[in-house]
Amino acid sequence: MSERYLEFAAISRSFPGVRALDGVSFGVGEGRVHALLGENGAGKSTLLKVLGGALQPDSGGLRLGGVARRFRSSREAILSGVAVIHQELQLVPQQSVAENVFLGRLPVRSGLVDGSALYAATRAQLEPLGAAIDPRARVASLPIAERQLVEIAKALARDAKVIAFDEPTSSLSRREVEALFGVIRELTRRGRVILYVSHRMEEVRELCDEASVLRDGRLVETFSELAGVETQTLVNRMVGRSIVDVFGYRPRTFGGPILEVERLEGPGLTASASLRVRRGEIVALFGLMGAGRTELLRLVYGAARRRGGRVCVDGIEVSGRSPADALAAGLVLCPEDRRREALLTEASIQENLCLSGRRPFWIDRARETAKAQRGLERLGIRAASLSQAVRSLSGGNQQKVALGRGLGEEPKLLLLDEPTRGVDVGARSEIYAILQDLAATGVGVLLATSDLSEALGIADRVVVLREGRLVGEQSREDATEASLLALALPLDEGLGVAV
Amino acid sequence: MTARRPLERLEGVGMVGVLAVVSILASLFVDNFFSWNNLVLSLGLAVTSVGIVACTMLFCLAAGDFDLSVGSVVALAGVTAATATNATGSSLVGFGTGIAAGGVVGVVNGLVVARLGINALIATLATMQIVRGVGLMVSGGSAVGVSSESFYSLGNSSLLLPTPVWILAGSLTVFGVLLHSTRFGRNALAIGGNAEAARLAGIDVVRTKVVIFTLQGAMAGLAGVVSASQMTSGQPNTAQGLELRVIAACVLGGVSLSGGVGSIRSVIVGVLILGVAQNVMDLLNVPTFYQYVASGAILLAAVILDRVKRAETTS
Repeated sequence: MSERYLEFAAISRSFPGVRALDGVSFGVGEGRVHALLGENGAGKSTLLKVLGGALQPDSGGLRLGGVARRFRSSREAILSGVAVIHQELQLVPQQSVAENVFLGRLPVRSGLVDGSALYAATRAQLEPLGAAIDPRARVASLPIAERQLVEIAKALARDAKVIAFDEPTSSLSRREVEALFGVIRELTRRGRVILYVSHRMEEVRELCDEASVLRDGRLVETFSELAGVETQTLVNRMVGRSIVDVFGYRPRTFGGPILEVERLEGPGLTASASLRVRRGEIVALFGLMGAGRTELLRLVYGAARRRGGRVCVDGIEVSGRSPADALAAGLVLCPEDRRREALLTEASIQENLCLSGRRPFWIDRARETAKAQRGLERLGIRAASLSQAVRSLSGGNQQKVALGRGLGEEPKLLLLDEPTRGVDVGARSEIYAILQDLAATGVGVLLATSDLSEALGIADRVVVLREGRLVGEQSREDATEASLLALALPLDEGLGVAV
Repeated sequence: MTARRPLERLEGVGMVGVLAVVSILASLFVDNFFSWNNLVLSLGLAVTSVGIVACTMLFCLAAGDFDLSVGSVVALAGVTAATATNATGSSLVGFGTGIAAGGVVGVVNGLVVARLGINALIATLATMQIVRGVGLMVSGGSAVGVSSESFYSLGNSSLLLPTPVWILAGSLTVFGVLLHSTRFGRNALAIGGNAEAARLAGIDVVRTKVVIFTLQGAMAGLAGVVSASQMTSGQPNTAQGLELRVIAACVLGGVSLSGGVGSIRSVIVGVLILGVAQNVMDLLNVPTFYQYVASGAILLAAVILDRVKRAETTS
């Protein structure tokens, strides 16, 4: 085995009330891609923060090329050749792509920024990523997938020796993922050390040579060769119990229509959209990046202004003027970007679970506590207390809080936008169980997803969006990966793409 | 780590502790500090304007906005009340007119900020100047004296405590209950914490903000009326810089400038710390020049402390 360039040695780090890392030790050799696996809250993010210098361990340390290092700041980590690409991107949205790639190190000629050198160098960094991004474009104008590539180009431009990726593919299309994997493989050929965090097991199998599994801050096991290890084994190590089937689909019977959308038009849609959801039915709205999933949900909910068409819930028309109207009609939206659109991160769990335009004017604290407690138990949110701030929760638990607020509204129809993005296997299977329990009581669910396995695994029916229009639907029995992709892919690349 | 301990201890105690320590030290070492006359009459009356306006500034800050026009509104309300009292012969009508004038300014602020989406800093900076100008126009540039005895009673009567102190206590109670125990208060905090999340949760963000600014205007009007009554005249140049003292008091007590975090306790503590500091310096005959430096230094120390605390808890 090759010499291990990066070594974590008995790293421990505590936060008030939590032991986030507890004596974690493992190593990664040059030219290896090492997967870091674990549920939300297992300590992966904390470990990456220690690696990137954003956090200092209470005890233990890390070694790079045999030399003990103790980073007191992100800057020290960067100067030592470590790049951590976080899920929440560290870009300056108001500046150009090129200025971001060379942030803090702009090429200068006679005291002025050398524009042509800057753009040429940026192009050289972006090219191997297969990204046709204009170096002059402002980052704010780019879709999230391209911003991600800019962040990666930034790490490459620094010529980092150790590169850690924290769920880099959560907002990338399949083609972009392929390009990224190509880049990572090229980096390993050049002797880079790669640490790769992902919840998507297929990706881990495809890309990674070895893996370490964390649970509750402890290292459970390190696999020095991933080939030959069953995926099920990895998942069981992560959750500490066996999950046979993540989705646990249970057939249900459906009632009459609960949501009727007729000829809806508005921003993000290129054709008017009509669809129905029946009582007790879970309908997946499947589409690739930019297909208009989020836009359609927002139009149905009244969060975006519609230009035409009508939406009826339980036979009663919803005005579409504001989310408040939708809520009164029994519609609830759980948005995709929970930090930006759903949560009050500084506020308590209780406040987040009870936040609603439909609260009574006088707040009955005892009743709200009881309501929040029910939400906490129903969703299995793991927290020290109801007064804990939401920002201190792990990603999966934050998502459950966002979901819990929606369920607390007792909706007739639940609109969910990517409900399991960034959520670990254990929490995912819990969320699927909750949705099915809800559907069994007659609630309709419309679930937007770009995850093919999710659409196939949980939905009774799949409606496919492509480039802003509804292009077809398939029942659970008929839908296959190939049939859904054939509908979802733009026509010019519809053939020959494997997933 | 051991280096964190002193700060952690400070955090547990918070600004209430700072206030307690400062007050105890002042009682021990400053003559005349711990007396009914000083605490109730000097200190109590000195903080009424700042305190009354801070009640609603708390809501503005909680919702992620500012209102810089409050100082001007205090002046406008004073001269309007005095003018209306002279014109109608009724102080009650005068007081009502003054408060209403503040409310009107508040509605305008609210509509510009919430409906048109103009940055509150800029919008209220503009209305601050406009309102100051209108106050000067109404008064003709000089103090508007009032001859009616009943006009003075609001600011100068007393029932156990001076009436203005009662008004302050009442305001703190009402807005404390509003913030902590009603949908309106929780919605204000939610809007400041995450406006888009609040909107998607079905909260009418625009209406809530307009109501907040309207209340802010009316409360500044109330403060103006009380202070005009104390001074027995409407002064068009009064309350210059009041808006910054109010915001400083709120932030000092722990209300977040970026919205979403605040409590009435923070306001009470912030107002009292600034008030006690001012009072002690007056008792010690510290020259005004030094007082400015000291007030600024206290505010700076408080926000730095807050910053350090925050960095500790979020890391």
